[in-house]
Amino acid sequence: MSIEPRKPPPQFTAKLQRALGGRAGWAGFALQILFVAALAWLCYEIVANARANLQAQRITAGFGFMANTAGFDVSQALIPYSGSDSYTRVFLVGLLNTLLVSIIGIFFATLIGFLVALGRLSPNWLLSRISGGYVELIRNLPLLFQILFWYLAVLAALPSPRQSISLFDSFFLSNRGFVVPRPIGNPGFEPFVAAIVIAVIATLLLQRYARKQLFDHGRMIRTLPYVLGMLIGLPLLSALLFGAPVKFEYPELKGFNFAGGSRVIPEFVALTLALSTYTAAFIAEIVRAGIQSVHKGQMEAGSSLGLQRGSTLRLIVVPQAMRVILPPHTNQYLNLTKNSSLAVAIGYPDLVSVFAGTTLSQTGQAIEIIAITMGVYLVISLVTSAIMSFYGWRLGRSLGP
Amino acid sequence: MKRVSLVFTLALAAAFSTEAATAQTLKTVKDRGMLSCGVSQGLPGFSSPDDKGNWTGFDVDICRAIAAAIFNDATKIKFVPLSAKDRFTALQSGEIDVLSRNTTWTLSRDTSLGANFTGVTYYDGQGFLVKKSLKVNSALELNSASVCVQTGTTTEQNLADYFKGNNMKYEVIAFGTADETIKAYESGRCDVFTSDVSQLYAERLKVANPADHVVLPEVISKEPLGPMVRHGDDQWFDIVKWTLFAMVGAEELGITQKNADELAKSNKPELRRAFGTDGNLGEQLGLTKDWLLRIVKAVGNYGESFDRNVGPGSKLGIARGLNQLWNKGGIQYAPPIR
Repeated sequence: MSIEPRKPPPQFTAKLQRALGGRAGWAGFALQILFVAALAWLCYEIVANARANLQAQRITAGFGFMANTAGFDVSQALIPYSGSDSYTRVFLVGLLNTLLVSIIGIFFATLIGFLVALGRLSPNWLLSRISGGYVELIRNLPLLFQILFWYLAVLAALPSPRQSISLFDSFFLSNRGFVVPRPIGNPGFEPFVAAIVIAVIATLLLQRYARKQLFDHGRMIRTLPYVLGMLIGLPLLSALLFGAPVKFEYPELKGFNFAGGSRVIPEFVALTLALSTYTAAFIAEIVRAGIQSVHKGQMEAGSSLGLQRGSTLRLIVVPQAMRVILPPHTNQYLNLTKNSSLAVAIGYPDLVSVFAGTTLSQTGQAIEIIAITMGVYLVISLVTSAIMSFYGWRLGRSLGP
Repeated sequence: MKRVSLVFTLALAAAFSTEAATAQTLKTVKDRGMLSCGVSQGLPGFSSPDDKGNWTGFDVDICRAIAAAIFNDATKIKFVPLSAKDRFTALQSGEIDVLSRNTTWTLSRDTSLGANFTGVTYYDGQGFLVKKSLKVNSALELNSASVCVQTGTTTEQNLADYFKGNNMKYEVIAFGTADETIKAYESGRCDVFTSDVSQLYAERLKVANPADHVVLPEVISKEPLGPMVRHGDDQWFDIVKWTLFAMVGAEELGITQKNADELAKSNKPELRRAFGTDGNLGEQLGLTKDWLLRIVKAVGNYGESFDRNVGPGSKLGIARGLNQLWNKGGIQYAPPIR
């Protein structure tokens, strides 16, 4: 095999010409300009015409409504919100609720999905059949049905607040949700957080050092005792020196509901459960396919090196499988995020419910609101796949070509 | 998703139609041979399909009356069930000719939606439904309660105003449809279900044991319900408006479904005008001379329709109250048909 002689680098104009016009050269470039201009003109016409027609029908248009007072309340808001805030605030509340349920759903879906996949591949007959049964049952039932099942059949069957299931008289489980004591910061709170941060950073540095020692000199350092010591010891020390970091506000039954404490609403629980178990079934299949795509010689090689099954999977098989797993895996994350818009069926205040629902019908500005909502889902999806692409890129780099 | 498709229809219509919206709705309806009428997804007494799949109810009767006036056939209607959120978009996009779906008349809806209310078919107000076992006698005892509400209604804002005004705390859970809302209320997720009082009576029929639930005496808002049509077609606006007035007027004149044919032969000038044996009032609307006779023979007068659908003659058993005629203690009033 002969090595081709290196070509001289193309001239700048030739390079530019090729980039802009392709083989057709400058004529092609001119055509492209024309095409883009025509597209821009078409878009402008559509928007301008829509504006004119809406105006002719005297339907209010534009985004001015975003500053108006919303005048309605929402059951779960991650940022302070009241009825006298603007529609912009409602939008943020809904967006954060959507992000919350998506992120937590993605976390649990991934966890359950990997566990089920490993279970399905396990040599244990019972475990693999149970995992297989889970996948076949969950992925073949409609998601909306599962959401309603969790909400109306499971969570609604819990007792009313007055008869709620309580633990130590401070944790309460009822059909109004799960109420827990709420931590309130004491003066000792800041040193406590600082101690945790220091402990985490020190742990990371130590791990890196241990890894370097292992790779460079083949020395294995047991870091676990030090890590545990730091992670528990430092915060404990801070608590002893500066006093308890938090005190708790205990919930108590007042009137119809619990006052005080923090509450996880059942709508959130039902939606997260349904989304994560449903998506987990698909992720499990993707992970299983990925692991099976790795040649079984790798597993055997691991065994012959004396590694245990778990270590072989973790260190050898899964990293190689990730390349196959990642692209369809990203799809599942996107699906989960978009499926979270089914929230409106059980009254979880997500973006579609409070913004494309209540706000839309109060202002009547359907085109603007649906456009914003679609834009938001698009951005969330693009960001998610960008993050996953970045992860895939890093993975590919660490695995080599 | 129905809503998204409606929005696309609206967006496409707005973006690509070059003519202004001077749609001749009456002509469109006649050409189509059918009236397209937006109704609820099933609210007993107002608009719901019966066991044979025929739509019945008070709001449905308005549409039947319009169809009767145009076609002399109250069955030439396509009913389009709409959720509270979708209703205005369906009207704006031209999917329906008239919206007759327990919709509250407010200033902002009248001005910003490109649509007009044609009148008040039912004077309603917002109330609260609670379980009897809670032993609550007044809405003022509802501090800290969880409240179920259907999203996309004026109800959510009234609720916020009422609890804020009375310095009470509450938790609101908003659902997409009336069915989901009442189911959550029944399951115990909420202590209270709030909506227009007429709707509370109707939804109460859907729970397992209606007698265990009670509507509280407080009415916290004015909810005049009426039909809506698009801006820009005054003739169609007049037809829908006068269809309701014809029903109210017929009750005032003592015309009923039974005696209509007989009274049509009467010599009384006001009856002759109403039935079109004298003058051409119906033709001025773009309809036929016997428009009122057609309406009354199809659905009866206002009082008959009320009794049959929501009043004492129905399962709901709601009293006439404000909806009684003006000369009998209520405020239903029709301008003279002359």
